[in-house]
Amino acid sequence: MGRYVIRRLLQMVPVFIGSTFLIFFMVYALGDPVAALFGDKAPDPATAARIRRELYLDEPLWKQYGHYMGQILSGDFGTAFNGQKVTELMADAFPVTLRLTLVAILFEIVIGITLGVLSGLRRGRSVDTSVLLLTLIVVSIPTFVSGYVLQYLFGVKWGIVSPSVSPEAPFDELLLPGIVLALTSLAYVTRLSRTSIAENSRADYVRTAVAKGLPRRRVVTRHLLRNSLIPVVTFIGTDVGALMGGAIVTERIFNIHGVGFQLYQGILRQNSPTVVGFVTILVIVFLLANLFVDLLYAVLDPRIRYA
Amino acid sequence: MTQQYEKAAAAVPLLDVRDLHVEFRTRDGVAKAVNGVSYSVRAGETLAVLGESGSGKSVTAQAVMGILDSPPGRITGGEVLFRGQDLLTMGAEARRRIRGAKLSMIFQDALSALNPVMSVGAQLGEMFSVHDGMTRKDSRDKAVQLMERVRIPAAAERAGDYPHQFSGGMRQRIMIAMALALEPDLVIADEPTTALDVTVQAQIMDLLAELQREYNMGLILITHDLGVVADVADRIAVMYAGRIVETASVHELYAAPAHPYTVGLLGSIPRLDHKGKELYAIKGLPPSLTDIPAGCPFNPRCPRAQAICRTDRPPLFDVAPGRASACHFWKETLDDAG
Repeated sequence: MGRYVIRRLLQMVPVFIGSTFLIFFMVYALGDPVAALFGDKAPDPATAARIRRELYLDEPLWKQYGHYMGQILSGDFGTAFNGQKVTELMADAFPVTLRLTLVAILFEIVIGITLGVLSGLRRGRSVDTSVLLLTLIVVSIPTFVSGYVLQYLFGVKWGIVSPSVSPEAPFDELLLPGIVLALTSLAYVTRLSRTSIAENSRADYVRTAVAKGLPRRRVVTRHLLRNSLIPVVTFIGTDVGALMGGAIVTERIFNIHGVGFQLYQGILRQNSPTVVGFVTILVIVFLLANLFVDLLYAVLDPRIRYA
Repeated sequence: MTQQYEKAAAAVPLLDVRDLHVEFRTRDGVAKAVNGVSYSVRAGETLAVLGESGSGKSVTAQAVMGILDSPPGRITGGEVLFRGQDLLTMGAEARRRIRGAKLSMIFQDALSALNPVMSVGAQLGEMFSVHDGMTRKDSRDKAVQLMERVRIPAAAERAGDYPHQFSGGMRQRIMIAMALALEPDLVIADEPTTALDVTVQAQIMDLLAELQREYNMGLILITHDLGVVADVADRIAVMYAGRIVETASVHELYAAPAHPYTVGLLGSIPRLDHKGKELYAIKGLPPSLTDIPAGCPFNPRCPRAQAICRTDRPPLFDVAPGRASACHFWKETLDDAG
């Protein structure tokens, strides 16, 4: 197990370098950050050249990248164009997004798995058909539609929740955004657990459990669920990584000052240090989430052993 | 007193299946998997149910155990009397209490029949904690004792292992231990040795026979292996297309079969004195269960078939006491064999 983890961590290095270089290349090489810094005004050529030299922008791209990575590894993510340190932006944004992700994942687990298990156990009955139809509808509606509609209904028309989230983003204000963010994944979790339950309920070991005279409740919880939820848990694990960075639309709709919001602002204003810095962290989060899922898999299924 | 009681108990069979019918709804129509099967088993007795794949031998057992896949399976008629009580009309909870405790089953493929993500100790211990309300620790100890009873080496250390960490023979021993955990009255073994190596097969059958003697259980041995049957069974029921076509004691059946299908089965066993000669095979294939031929279901494959066989379904004729054959020409068959 230990050797496996080390090997996986080493494998992350090339993936990390490749993906960060790509985003670095796209952001820096395709726009002119110095021009962006001056906005609509044309910069004084001498000043522009000085800034370029200060920011190593007159050097070849790979050197710029090397320099940037060196800074990142020493904990310096640079300064956003408004003068704020990128690390300060991160310290504000990541806890907010983490809370939002937590709320979303909780909805996925509680609602998604419950619906999936219920419909899987009653395959072909009306419960199952309506849940399937519902998930199909949910999957087909894009987040910006479901987000605005739910915001209008719950926040504006009925006034149950506040339509936008305050900068502190407490948990209770994140409930509605959490549902919106979770919706698509929730539908997938429902379908995944339904299929898994339906498939496994015909497995030989479930028949054995029934033949042992175990009560139905125990057959389902001890034997069927444990086996069926392995793929679901791994899906939810990878989704944590995806949700941490993928909340741009939801955070925009509800004015949540999280990672997605900062990324959006960064892209909009060509604020390169912010964009590259955040994406770098997200790459790491995603890689670690994947490693965690693979390790969890071995814990859940004793047949899988990593050497 | 006790003697009298034992006599009375012996008179009533442990299990009495009467005229059982099971159907499956499939895309091609209704498959009649079991069509009026009757058999009975007494304490200490071994009944072998013999037949090829699709003859309904496993489905009958599943119906008796109450583990039929339904839907699509459905019991459409008959009775399953266990110690005189009909299991089919019994409440679900009462039936669950019997299942596993009084009436248990050994499955063919222990690897898929055991839960892959649960230690074998936990799977065995579950029997005691659920049925007898034992504490976790006590049931764990009982599980280890059981593993020792079926001669699994280093049982105490291996109780925490998972099914995939055992060899095929050891897994089947665990399956047997699980079925015998609560010393049931009757065990149904569905092809318990089919998935095993030949050398291991004999060990497993010996173990099963030994435990059966020890606990004086009734045993239903479902198999298509005539060699296994000859060694351990007292009586045989041969099934074909969801029906019993012949029942007899092992000696009678091997000495002189009274049904052409049985003749064919016995004839297709490889024998040393037939070396060099072509092995006999029953021609044709078993009928589709959605479209069983009129008359005798075996008539399209039967070397003895006459006009009557294509029109009249033969009932089970009494051949001798405790012996029956569903063939219009059982006399002729018997004479030719003898």
